[in-house]
Amino acid sequence: MAEQVAIDRIRCDGHGICAELLPEMISLDDWGYPIIKPSPIPLRLIEHAQRAVEACPVLALRMTRVSKAA
Amino acid sequence: MSMLSGGPHPALPQRGREIDGGLRGDALVRELERANLLGRGGAGFPVARKWRTVKANGNGRAVVLANGAEGEPLSRKDRTLMVERPHLVIDGALLAADAVRASDIIFYVGNEHRAAVSAMRRALAERHERAAQRARLVEAPAGYISGEESAAVHYINAGDARPTVTPPRPFERGIDGRPTLVQNVESLAAAALHASGALNGTALFTTSGAVRRSGVYELPPDVAPEAVVDLAGGLAKDVQAVLIGGYFGSWASAEEVWSLTLDSNSLRARGLTLGCGVLYFLPADSCGVDATARIMSYLAGQSARQCGPCVFGLGAIATATRRLAERAPQAEDLARLARWSGLLAGRGACKHPDGATGLLRSALEVFADDFVAHQQRRCITRRALPDHSRVLAEAVA
Repeated sequence: MAEQVAIDRIRCDGHGICAELLPEMISLDDWGYPIIKPSPIPLRLIEHAQRAVEACPVLALRMTRVSKAA
Repeated sequence: MSMLSGGPHPALPQRGREIDGGLRGDALVRELERANLLGRGGAGFPVARKWRTVKANGNGRAVVLANGAEGEPLSRKDRTLMVERPHLVIDGALLAADAVRASDIIFYVGNEHRAAVSAMRRALAERHERAAQRARLVEAPAGYISGEESAAVHYINAGDARPTVTPPRPFERGIDGRPTLVQNVESLAAAALHASGALNGTALFTTSGAVRRSGVYELPPDVAPEAVVDLAGGLAKDVQAVLIGGYFGSWASAEEVWSLTLDSNSLRARGLTLGCGVLYFLPADSCGVDATARIMSYLAGQSARQCGPCVFGLGAIATATRRLAERAPQAEDLARLARWSGLLAGRGACKHPDGATGLLRSALEVFADDFVAHQQRRCITRRALPDHSRVLAEAVA
């Protein structure tokens, strides 16, 4: 099942750790807030994504199943 | 039958139910679908589809939230409707509650719209239906985002009128955790008229700017903007551009506007939206950059200040647009605006950054020459420079 990085925009404080750990999927805007690629996470990056999720100091990041409705 | 009985001027309020008999329940939902009734709060979501979803999710314990917060600065149509036809709004809410099998109804009315609050309270007290007697009126706090659907639900649940992270959306989990139909009051009134077979598809518009009589007008679908201007007493000045759909809508150039018909589908085909029915006619002698800067400042100020991209992104956009409007830009301001206008959509808990940057993109297109001139510290609209002190200061420097 394909997975995607999802972010709770209200929790996110722009620490930017996610972009360091998963630069293939996440970049930062001019103000340090993440811009996430809307595509599914490639298999080879799943572990890195998991690490980024765990490293977020405010627990704003998670992985979700890709669904058509979203 | 129309929505506003007396045209632009208030008619005598009705004393009770306006819609008797007619379609109910699933038959009404089918009729709303056939008529393709779209929501009138701004987003234009199909009403029938929303009702079906809430009914399916609700299991008989859904809630109807009639949204009359109307925080849109240029809109007057919801408060006008609630003052003139409160019973029609109540009829629509009762029909919706019946159709989605809701056990509770809440009327959410902007607390600044005092006449609308009293009209709705008085009308509710006049109703004898059980669902109407059980209904509550909640005054919505002032502000642009109080009427955003997750913010409305959040306020009623917890006294905090800021949007929440979705999903869950209100139609999944809303008031007290129950599936909630959040529907604009004009949409509900329109549904009631559809139920009675009386509506010919009219919609409410709020016009202002270069027209002689600003106000709320009811028009059939597919009319040309000229018809709105005629109702509004004609133009007091030449028009340069028109803001269509409110602050989350778009600017359209005058040339384009006069070739439009004002219905959702043809507007959508042109990348425009009817939104909440706002039509602001920008006079030919007003500067589009300045008008846009005012809107961006307002919208940046109305951020709920929860999400970084909205707080900082809209803040930066408002500041740069203001510098351009004042013909005192930094070297990269226009280029930054172009980039930022594509950077914020989808990056807030609610659609506030999406709406604001959508408006900005239309401004950069419609007022392209003006923005370039302002980047070069000139204004091509207002030839007379109002701020002599700055011109002098620059000449000396």
